[in-house]
Amino acid sequence: MNTWNVAKLVAAKDLRIEARSRVITNQVLPFAAIAMVMFAFALDNENDALLVQVAPGLIWLATLFSLLILVQRSFAIETADGAIDALRVAGIDPGGIFLGKAAALAAQLVALETILIGAAVLLYHTEIRLGGVVLLVTTVLAATCGLAFVGTLYGGLAAGIKGRETLLPLLLLPVVAPVLIGATRALEAAFGTGKAVLADGWPWLGLLITFAAAFGVVGVLAFGPLLDE
Amino acid sequence: METIVDLRDVVAVLGQFPALAGASLTVLRGEIVLLQGPNGAGKTSLLRVCAGLLPVVRGHAVVLGHDLTVDRSGVRAKVGLLGHTNGLYPELSVRDNVQFWGTTVGASSGEIDAALDRLGLSLRLADVQVGRLSAGQKRRTALACLVARRAVLWLLDEPHAGLDAEGRDELDAVLRQAAASGATVLVASHELERAGALAHRTVQVIAGQVHEVEQ
Repeated sequence: MNTWNVAKLVAAKDLRIEARSRVITNQVLPFAAIAMVMFAFALDNENDALLVQVAPGLIWLATLFSLLILVQRSFAIETADGAIDALRVAGIDPGGIFLGKAAALAAQLVALETILIGAAVLLYHTEIRLGGVVLLVTTVLAATCGLAFVGTLYGGLAAGIKGRETLLPLLLLPVVAPVLIGATRALEAAFGTGKAVLADGWPWLGLLITFAAAFGVVGVLAFGPLLDE
Repeated sequence: METIVDLRDVVAVLGQFPALAGASLTVLRGEIVLLQGPNGAGKTSLLRVCAGLLPVVRGHAVVLGHDLTVDRSGVRAKVGLLGHTNGLYPELSVRDNVQFWGTTVGASSGEIDAALDRLGLSLRLADVQVGRLSAGQKRRTALACLVARRAVLWLLDEPHAGLDAEGRDELDAVLRQAAASGATVLVASHELERAGALAHRTVQVIAGQVHEVEQ
């Protein structure tokens, strides 16, 4: 099987497992929604101005916390009954496994982020400008790819290690800091938060695309040795 | 007869622990070989070396024509490893699992159905979620995955564990059939009577070394 066919097979398998187990709908979405409500409680003031201003950052913080659960879950299904050993022995392209798992993770993240942005509109009274829609969509896609690639890479790294549940956040969160910063600034520009204008967002989008491309390439190359370890 | 496994003075380590300490074993095509020995003797490590999962530190190790000291990945697509775990996805159905692993080697839907049939899974169990199966039914599903993967070398670690009497008989029949059709089978087992009756010959693994047992 070539790399793309392996990626399609693994992504379809992960999404089918997700559809059957409903972890994202029963656990991750409620968790993210509760986080958004808690942020609103913590930062609420009389005229909602503060919440509107920090909404882009809160959307991505909630996304990052949810990412941790999704990555743990993505590799728990491989380690629970030793399927990760069977994947190693299957002799299929590890780069394809990496791309497939990242694609399934990205699909779940996009669904989550769409709901979180909707929650920000409802809870924080964030306004989406028509002119910012293209920047908003491209930012979400680029940031999602970056998060999915890093999450899959570090999830694979932590999969064989004892105490991976606590180790993964320590490894992952510092690495995704550039995504948090870049995606927040780009979203501020898309929303027109504070004094941000649309043009401010494009350089940050460039950072997100570079980040995603770099970790995509590193992941495809490094996932095989990582699985072997 | 073609040599499938050719290990000579193989040394392999697990961390600091010497898992194999000069193990030598030759297995021919179509043979069923029983690995017996106490816990921690190196049976599982021997199977993992043959699967290309555990690196060979020293010695001569050629499996299915692949020199494992140079490249461990080439052999993997041709072996089927059934370890202490089944390597299944509990949320997916029996058919989904067999189809997933079969597709990795390009198996057709006919081959998937044949694999399910061969393990007696095609009637009422094919669409049941694996998580709802008994231990024995999960083991049979894992074996169906090996059949669908068209494994040439079967590496089985305690394959009878969790199976009822009927399941054990079915497993033995599947292994005999696999060997008769040209597959080679290495079985690590503590069930000496049953596995011994199934195997063409028995070797003993002690302290990381392999000793031939007189039949």
